[in-house]
Amino acid sequence: MMGTVTRQRIAAALALAVLAGAAVTFPLVFSSPATTNYGVYALIFVTAVSAWNVFSGFSGYISLGQAVFFGSGAYAVGIAARDWHVSGVAVFGLLPLGAAVGAAIAVPFGLVALRVRRHTFIVITIAVFFIFQLMAYNLSSFTGGSVGVSAPFLPWTATTFNERFYYIALACAVVMIVIAAGVRRSRFGLQLRAIRDDEDRARGLGVHAMRVKLAAFALSAAVTGLVGGVWFLYLTQVQPPSGFDPLFDLSVVLMAFFGGVGTISGPVLGALIIEPAQLYLTATYTNGYISEIMLGALFLAVVLFMPRGIIPTAGEWITRLRTRGRPAVPAAAAAAAPQSAGKAAAGDTA
Amino acid sequence: MLRTEGVRKSYGGVRALDECTIEVGEGTVAGLIGPNGSGKTTLFNVITGYAKAEAGNVYLAGTKITNIAPDKVFTLGIGRTFQLTRIFPTLTVMENMLVASRHARAADRKRAMAQLEFVGIAGHHAALAGTLSYGQRKLLELAYVLVADPAVMLLDEPAGGVNPSLVNYIADRIRELHAAGKTFLIVEHNMEFVMGLCDRITVLDSGTVVAAGPPDIVRTDRRVLDAYLGEDVEDST
Amino acid sequence: MARQVYQAVVDGILVGGVYALMAVGLTLIFGVLDIINIAQGVLVILGAYLSYVLSVRLHIDLFVGLAITVPAMFVIGVVLQWAFIRRLRGRERTAMTLLVTYAAALIIEGSLYEAFGPDYKQLSAPYVTSSVHVLGFYLPYIYLYGFALAVVIIAGIYALLYRTRFGRSVRATTQDETAARLIGIDTSRVATLTFGIGVAVTAVGGMMFGATNSFNPNSGYDLISRLLAIIILGGLGSIGGALAASVFMLTLESVVDIWSPQWAIAVFYAALVVVLVVRPTGFFGRAPARAQ
Repeated sequence: MMGTVTRQRIAAALALAVLAGAAVTFPLVFSSPATTNYGVYALIFVTAVSAWNVFSGFSGYISLGQAVFFGSGAYAVGIAARDWHVSGVAVFGLLPLGAAVGAAIAVPFGLVALRVRRHTFIVITIAVFFIFQLMAYNLSSFTGGSVGVSAPFLPWTATTFNERFYYIALACAVVMIVIAAGVRRSRFGLQLRAIRDDEDRARGLGVHAMRVKLAAFALSAAVTGLVGGVWFLYLTQVQPPSGFDPLFDLSVVLMAFFGGVGTISGPVLGALIIEPAQLYLTATYTNGYISEIMLGALFLAVVLFMPRGIIPTAGEWITRLRTRGRPAVPAAAAAAAPQSAGKAAAGDTA
Repeated sequence: MLRTEGVRKSYGGVRALDECTIEVGEGTVAGLIGPNGSGKTTLFNVITGYAKAEAGNVYLAGTKITNIAPDKVFTLGIGRTFQLTRIFPTLTVMENMLVASRHARAADRKRAMAQLEFVGIAGHHAALAGTLSYGQRKLLELAYVLVADPAVMLLDEPAGGVNPSLVNYIADRIRELHAAGKTFLIVEHNMEFVMGLCDRITVLDSGTVVAAGPPDIVRTDRRVLDAYLGEDVEDST
Repeated sequence: MARQVYQAVVDGILVGGVYALMAVGLTLIFGVLDIINIAQGVLVILGAYLSYVLSVRLHIDLFVGLAITVPAMFVIGVVLQWAFIRRLRGRERTAMTLLVTYAAALIIEGSLYEAFGPDYKQLSAPYVTSSVHVLGFYLPYIYLYGFALAVVIIAGIYALLYRTRFGRSVRATTQDETAARLIGIDTSRVATLTFGIGVAVTAVGGMMFGATNSFNPNSGYDLISRLLAIIILGGLGSIGGALAASVFMLTLESVVDIWSPQWAIAVFYAALVVVLVVRPTGFFGRAPARAQ
């Protein structure tokens, strides 16, 4: 038993090392800006999807309004740079502002939206999303209306520009994955998952449900706001429909479901597979409608045929292969039962 | 230790609790019985903050705790189980235990393991709680409430729907905890279980206390026989 | 000024009636299936395009065309439910159905773009542009006809729910699906028909929307966010609530529109937030389930 666990650990560590090596050397091997562009976007989504997962995946409160934080982070960085006349590389110093704005929006948003039942929550996140898009259009003296905001010029060539943004996005992704893994292991993560299973019961065991949900929501919003700022500096501009994009909301959720909600590697894998595919489709079918239809179709396929995502489904297959068709979990439970369950409990199992 | 005074609660015009006053002495095992719909679970819900009392008060060790949130009630020292057992199915048994504990450090895990051993399901600590049998879930629910060491434990039908040998096993566990000084309030339809375990029994009917006293007295009380035992005694054991 | 406000209130009530029709479909589906159909907005737009095709290509009158578009939308609803939503089971069902209907909305929207392009369209008919002058108010015929039709259809749905055997099955399923199945109600048939009816009303809603607004495939987003606000305000699953909230919100929007057309829509969401802070279940919402 212990042997398998150790072997699994070593295999996981090896896989992680290979992945890290590949991630770090990617722009050195594929230095063309067209290729690194895929990398930057994929990593931005790795971060955003993992951030979504820390709140929605763990707590079961599905947010379909993450673009609120993404767009607000982008606008915060853009407006601050414009109004405070920040230029050159110093704009990166404004990224924490994107995070702060994300969190600052999440707290009142959460205080209202997290009081209601789960499906009402989803709907409210959609409604709030539209409020923000509307505000971006209407508060034109502040947001630039439909013209949007542009980022200050960065004196880098196309190749170094993409390469540097690649490493910035990679740093964001790594930090987010570490945070996600830490949360999942902590008591905080445990409480979030308990809330997902039975919120009322968790409260009856001393879990301050509102505080826990709000903290996770704000954490998720802060990271999404930060990465929204990175995206803005990379794209060098933001307009209402690109900053507050309903497709962003849906893509984030799709990637999480595709990889496996509530796991650590699932959202990463989902983002790494779907975002480049989406970019490729959009580039190939320039009018964009086909890619929208295909995204919808992919989503339908995932939800209907692989509702728990790649990681959990693959995990099941592997276990099934190992146990050669014997059902894995009940077998383990039955084996463990007689030794310690006590006569009565064991009798009950049988 | 735990006292309710004139608690009132109605659901859509139906009065579930009416001037309900009960008293649970420190270190006692109190029983709460009554026909279906007499307000037993509603009283539990009011005490633990899952339902709001319209009138009356709840006191824990002399402190008023009326209508405070369930998480606060738990922190103050009242743990409860539910009639339809509620565990966290996608968490492992050990993780279930840690939800109620203050931290998730090694010491907490050790204590949680000790509680699991106490109720006899330690062997399942790594299994997902959703894979446990019904009886094992009852034991897990008992164990994870114990983790935070509450002063008073409210058990809603601990013997409901489990086989006779497990009923005895659970009764023994309660006796052991009682011997260690824990206070209990138990709702149960199994009369043998209640009579054999409780020091004092309160009988509810239509949300009001109709009798209270030691098991022998209650057993022979005319009003109790009318309200409850007379019509329900055959299928309740 | 007062004159303008009265006119705005009358407009709000008339338009509110049409929104009520679309919202009733949405809340009915929620009540019976526990599903929030995100595609409802784009389905309304699809309904508008169907009416557009019938009137422009085949020269069929908008109201007469409903005889074709209503059954067509009913079939689309039944197919959606039968092919996709029916398959979802388990704890996360409500969340999953939201995603499925969102995905369906994307596919429909993309297809509409492919078929009709991004240009704005509007339905036209003699009664769309002319209006009647009553008691000092200008009442466009299309609003009057649409309001009357909405009232008739909503009354019809009410009668269906409260006067027929099918309605009893629907209400039983709404309250407790398991119990309904135990007493012999074919709940999956009820679910499919309800979804069909809930979607069929979008044909009427779409025709009305298309006649009173210009629309393109993207218009579904704005519409669904309004409809969602309405059904949450009214209390998810409550038909009376959806009616009251539609009329209330559209009247409010129409009045605010006098002063600030840009922010009129924001009032919609602001009202939603205020109501939810005070009363998380909405106007007529069912209280959250008891602890046990």
